[in-house]
Amino acid sequence: MRGFPIGPRIVYATAVRVLTQLRRDPRTVALLMLVPPFLLVLLKYALQRSPATFQHVGGPLVGMFPFITMFVVTSITMLRERTSGTLERLMTLPLAKLDLLVGYGLAFALVATLEALITAGVAFGPLDVRVAGSTALVMALAVGNALLGMSLGLFVSAFARTEFQAVQFFPALITPQMILCGLFVARDHMAQALYAISYAMPLTYAYEALSRVTSQGTLGARGALDVIVTASATVLALALGAATLRRRTP
Amino acid sequence: MDCAATIETDSLRVRRGGREVLHGVALTVRPGCVTGLLGPSGCGKTTLMRAVVGVQVISRGEVRVLGEPAGSPALRHAIGYLPQAPSIYADLSVRENLRYFARVLGADRAEIERVIETVALGKHADQVVRSLSGGEQARVSLASALLGGPRVLVLDEPTVGLDPLLRRDLWAKFSTLAKEGATLLVSSHVMDEAEHCNRLLLMRDGAILAQDTPDSLRERTGESDLDDAFLALIERGTQKE
Repeated sequence: MRGFPIGPRIVYATAVRVLTQLRRDPRTVALLMLVPPFLLVLLKYALQRSPATFQHVGGPLVGMFPFITMFVVTSITMLRERTSGTLERLMTLPLAKLDLLVGYGLAFALVATLEALITAGVAFGPLDVRVAGSTALVMALAVGNALLGMSLGLFVSAFARTEFQAVQFFPALITPQMILCGLFVARDHMAQALYAISYAMPLTYAYEALSRVTSQGTLGARGALDVIVTASATVLALALGAATLRRRTP
Repeated sequence: MDCAATIETDSLRVRRGGREVLHGVALTVRPGCVTGLLGPSGCGKTTLMRAVVGVQVISRGEVRVLGEPAGSPALRHAIGYLPQAPSIYADLSVRENLRYFARVLGADRAEIERVIETVALGKHADQVVRSLSGGEQARVSLASALLGGPRVLVLDEPTVGLDPLLRRDLWAKFSTLAKEGATLLVSSHVMDEAEHCNRLLLMRDGAILAQDTPDSLRERTGESDLDDAFLALIERGTQKE
């Protein structure tokens, strides 16, 4: 019997397995890596006449794209794991739920790092986005946000029966967070009720931390708090997601 | 044989989709045997097997495997489970699938080649599963259940849709495994397969009609054909009602 809840052997095996699956799907990998820089290019020229606005959102966006993509990728991948019967089989094997989740986390963190590197390369290079703080810190926050996206995707995958439904969770759960997080409109300019609601959304804190680094240069105490809230939301969603991975089903 | 049963259920009741599909099943599966679980499609075979491997929520009763409650962590190294639908990663190759499950089990590399050999997939070992035929995919799934030489094998329709020659080889393999001490519970909805089993569990409408050896079933019913024996048992059962 296994006394400990997690084993490096299975975590590593799971990460390798997930990455091998991704490698078999080069189109998805290409989309993951190329769509964020493409969108930034689009934004830069759409905002041609208001470069200050582009400068304002460009930096934070580098750190937010991995959140979006990992949410979608995880919710679909986990749904597949549930519907293909592989999850049920894994649940009969000596594998802890955390083995599976941390394995996924490792694999996706690696993918998110690569994605953030490419996006940052394009943004801080040819697109000339300037940030006050360190670009490495923006990258680190990007990977953290990717993990937040992953754990939210994992959690919602339990509520989707089909891939159609899983995809719909994006406009239902992520778009509102993007609208309210402060990226498009300063939060204190919003209707009072929305301003209050924005406090309950994890992406708000992820954005706050990013915008502190990109416009003020450092996280500071408030930024550190934002990071802590984001990380706590990640852990909470992961725990809730783990609770939806049942060994026994009806 | 009077050694302890490997699998034992008592008054096992299961509800699925709002109706009861197992109505108080009591059975024993003896060690070192191939036990066939036979019955028409929809009679509850899959639900029963899911209960044995501990992935089915049960509403009442008890299931014990090797003396432990079904689904307990101690059993996760001991049971090989083949679900009815191939439960493998379609976007990985045969070998990559097996390598993953082997790592989860802590089985070594030689084990991977051994099970590939058993299900005769050597030629396709590096092919992506999605590009294999349905029967071949079923064999990959079976291979992964055989990994690590589990003491108990619960196989849900392992030979459906397979080439007759391969089907014969697999039944021979199951026999060998049982002789080596493994306990096998194998389901099928085809009566012809009953001949390969040491013991039979005949199931209908969520209940066990009979548990016996093929020979003594024939003797009891006076029928030489197992299909007819099954029919005779059903008729006796309905007369009693």
